[in-house]
Amino acid sequence: MNLTFSDFLPLMPLIIVTSTVVLAMAAIGIRRSYILTVGVTVIGLLLAAIVAAVIMPYTNKQVSPLMIIDQYSLFFTVIICVAAMFIAIFSFNYLADLDDQKEEYYLLLGIATVGSVVMVSTNHFVGMVLGLETLSMSLYGMIAYTVRCKNSAKYVLEASVKYLVLSATASGFMLFGMALIYAQTGTLAFSSLLDTRLVISDTYTIAAVSLISAGIAFKLSLAPFHIWTPDVYEGSPIPSTTYLATIGKAAMFVVLLRFVEISDALTFKSVVAVFSIIAVISIMVGNLLALMQDNLKRILAYSSIAHMGYLLIAVIASFFAVGTVSIEAVTFYLLAYVIMSLGAFGVLSIFSSSQNELDSIADYQGLFWRSPWLAAVFTGMLLSLAGIPLTVGFIGKFYVFLAGVETELWILLSVLIVGSGIGLYYYLRIVYRMLMPVSGDNILVDTRMENLSTLGVLAILFVLLLALGIYPAPIMAIIEAISVHI
Amino acid sequence: MILAMLIGLLFAGGVAAWVSEKINPNYPRAIALITMLLGMVLVLVLLNGSNGENELLASVNASWLPRFGISFYLAADGLSALLLSLTVFLGIIAIGSAWDEITERTGFFYFNLLWTLAGVLGVFTAFDLFLFFFFWEVMLIPMYFIIAIWGHENKNYAAMKFFIFTQVTGLLMLVSILALAYFHHNQFGTFSFNYYDLLRLETKGSLEIWIMLGFFVAFTTKLPSVPFHSWLPDAHSQAPTAGSVILAGVLLKTGAYGLIRFAVPLFPEASMDFAPVAMTLAAISILYCAKVALAQTDIKRLIAYTSVSHMGFVTLGVYAWNEQALQGAVITILAHGLSAAALFMLAGGLEHRIHTRNMLDMGGFWPKVPRMAAVALFFSIAALGMPGLGNFIGEFLVLLGAFQTNIPLTVISASGLIFASVYSLWVIQKIFHGEYASKNFDDSNFLDLNRREMVYFGAMIVGLVWMGMYPQSFLGLSAETINNLLFNSENLVAIVGQN
Repeated sequence: MNLTFSDFLPLMPLIIVTSTVVLAMAAIGIRRSYILTVGVTVIGLLLAAIVAAVIMPYTNKQVSPLMIIDQYSLFFTVIICVAAMFIAIFSFNYLADLDDQKEEYYLLLGIATVGSVVMVSTNHFVGMVLGLETLSMSLYGMIAYTVRCKNSAKYVLEASVKYLVLSATASGFMLFGMALIYAQTGTLAFSSLLDTRLVISDTYTIAAVSLISAGIAFKLSLAPFHIWTPDVYEGSPIPSTTYLATIGKAAMFVVLLRFVEISDALTFKSVVAVFSIIAVISIMVGNLLALMQDNLKRILAYSSIAHMGYLLIAVIASFFAVGTVSIEAVTFYLLAYVIMSLGAFGVLSIFSSSQNELDSIADYQGLFWRSPWLAAVFTGMLLSLAGIPLTVGFIGKFYVFLAGVETELWILLSVLIVGSGIGLYYYLRIVYRMLMPVSGDNILVDTRMENLSTLGVLAILFVLLLALGIYPAPIMAIIEAISVHI
Repeated sequence: MILAMLIGLLFAGGVAAWVSEKINPNYPRAIALITMLLGMVLVLVLLNGSNGENELLASVNASWLPRFGISFYLAADGLSALLLSLTVFLGIIAIGSAWDEITERTGFFYFNLLWTLAGVLGVFTAFDLFLFFFFWEVMLIPMYFIIAIWGHENKNYAAMKFFIFTQVTGLLMLVSILALAYFHHNQFGTFSFNYYDLLRLETKGSLEIWIMLGFFVAFTTKLPSVPFHSWLPDAHSQAPTAGSVILAGVLLKTGAYGLIRFAVPLFPEASMDFAPVAMTLAAISILYCAKVALAQTDIKRLIAYTSVSHMGFVTLGVYAWNEQALQGAVITILAHGLSAAALFMLAGGLEHRIHTRNMLDMGGFWPKVPRMAAVALFFSIAALGMPGLGNFIGEFLVLLGAFQTNIPLTVISASGLIFASVYSLWVIQKIFHGEYASKNFDDSNFLDLNRREMVYFGAMIVGLVWMGMYPQSFLGLSAETINNLLFNSENLVAIVGQN
């Protein structure tokens, strides 16, 4: 299939992100300037997001067998580009005092974003693998970026190698599953799974689906494939953790949703059972293990395991539901999750630098009385993660509950309730610590108020958190419209 | 519109109070008081707005989330109006009780106080179930902050327990609400969270009893009733006085209101089947918590257990589901709101003066603080159900109504009145009579009630006497609502019976 000129317009966001990386690289080659590199990256990502938003209403096109550029993929392209832009801004301050070359971080960030955009715009296994590996390769670099810096705060090398080895293993599983499908059908589109069933037995197909699901579950840090998550979260520099936790998860989840929707993988009872068990274990393991953590990054890591479990409930529901409510649930929840995770990690990054990360709960004692606005933002993000009204997280949870009720998944819903109840404890524990009187020996004195750009991003996220929590009707309408096409 | 203004006023007043702290730490309490007084004016306007034709005194209905048929639907009928009055009245009292007690971070305190009250007002007026749930949760967070920041020695535990209990059971209710909306979708093709739409639902399938239980558990946790009551003594003993007043006076009443407004009318059939169980739980609450109250040495815990015991009468009345019993439940809600709030304020006042809640350290206070002793005696007697005061009317009507549906449980519950007399008088005897025990605490600040305190205790005394002597002015307001609810549920049961 030849690409014609009309195919290029839908690809514009991807092309813009790619050329941003090339441009930034060229700029570094000519003259190393930290602020210029960051500027080019931020502007390029913003431009890509705007273009994606503009072409979204009337684009619905299969561009080459590998890529589908529809409203759904463009919606997530916008989210990913904006989120990547925000992370670039967070990194600006975080890396400012790194005693090493800082500019290449933004190249990695840009390339990772290219991978993520490909992931959300594919309905083909090859596109999926290309996107995923582009994302992962860049992430290995981003995680280990501060490795040569003498005072690097964390165990970046450990985190990076751990992620690399386990991630490669998971990719292996995934590729094996794809190979099984290809061996029977000779195609690699998601829809080929439908043919596999006709060609050969159910058992064979289930094996393929299970292998692919295991790989996906690893990337989503669903239990029991979650072991790497807390270590990698804790060991990485905060901006890289943020990238992994927000864009990495969202892009992978869109792939999972498309895969499940297109391939009808859930027609097998055993696959439904496996997905349900994974959801239950993820919710329980994530919430229970978060209870006893004192490190905020580890808490957020475990909480992300639980949140992915909640989302999986909506994915399971999406197969049984008649309407599109559960797809909307996944979509809205992902948007909400990106907003609140960005906000929570953003607060951490504003207090941290590559030399010194403040990621223990104790560091945040008395934050409410020291910088009330930042504390309010952090509290808002945590309450949103806990699913309390007035925040976007509540609407997300509402959607998941609705999807579950609609398909009568009562057992999964009760696990969701129990999990949310346990979750309250560790979120409130952080909030309570912030409410306690300031203790003498904590080092939060340097609130780095000069980080105006990061504060600005946090303000935007906070406004989004509340606005989408109180009046989500406009975004609901958009999500309803795009979910029809998936 | 007036309802939206009322709630908006409290939200805005809360923000104003918080901001004003920067100028002067004494401004927040003044702003909070002015806000609540304006709120009271609005409620009075609302009460006078009755035109006799429409069941609703006021309503506002605007589309909110059209995708799911969710609207911003606030309305007030007689029952809501009574509870709104109670809320603004106790709101003013609570500000009075916090006036001198809260000296740190005043702005944030009054912000939380007003936002809790705004959430409560929303709960009492929401006629869209999503909106109801929204307000139901909105009132939790500020209350959590009130306990967690200004509470006593074990505040973290108490605040956490309060929050987790109410939030988890709230989620059960959310599932039930969504199930109802989904049934509406099945029956009429669209989602709806509108109260009147859902009231018309006929078939709820075999799951009806489970969905009803989602509401029941959420409401009886808030009420609270055995076996979901264990958060209350902790929350009360750790909360600052104003927090206890709001908690006992209005927050618990949202549970009672929910039972009357939602749990039974939405599921008349299932509720009738479930009534014996609910009434048994009520009787257990009444007797067991009265017994447990006798064993307490912490005065706030004692009052908290008596609250659970008295709220048992509300559950009993609601599940008897006839006019007398429901009217009795409503009067009990109002009267207990006043008497429990007053008792918590007395306990808080004592704690503020002598820095202990331990009754074993107290004794012989009457000569030292005669006015406080007299006021305490009045409210204890009111709580034990002395004829002529509001609590008696409420509990009498509840027992009268319940007697028509379940004689054994009514008889058992009635013996709770004897326990009530015992613990009420025992407390008075222990604290105010006997030998003055001054060695156990520092009594340098042990002064009698001041003029401000006398004003708000006086106002509550007037309220209780009014309710006791001329309950018709309250019964008249709620009668129409209650009759409508009864009529509707009979119809529904009849229709289901035909099918």
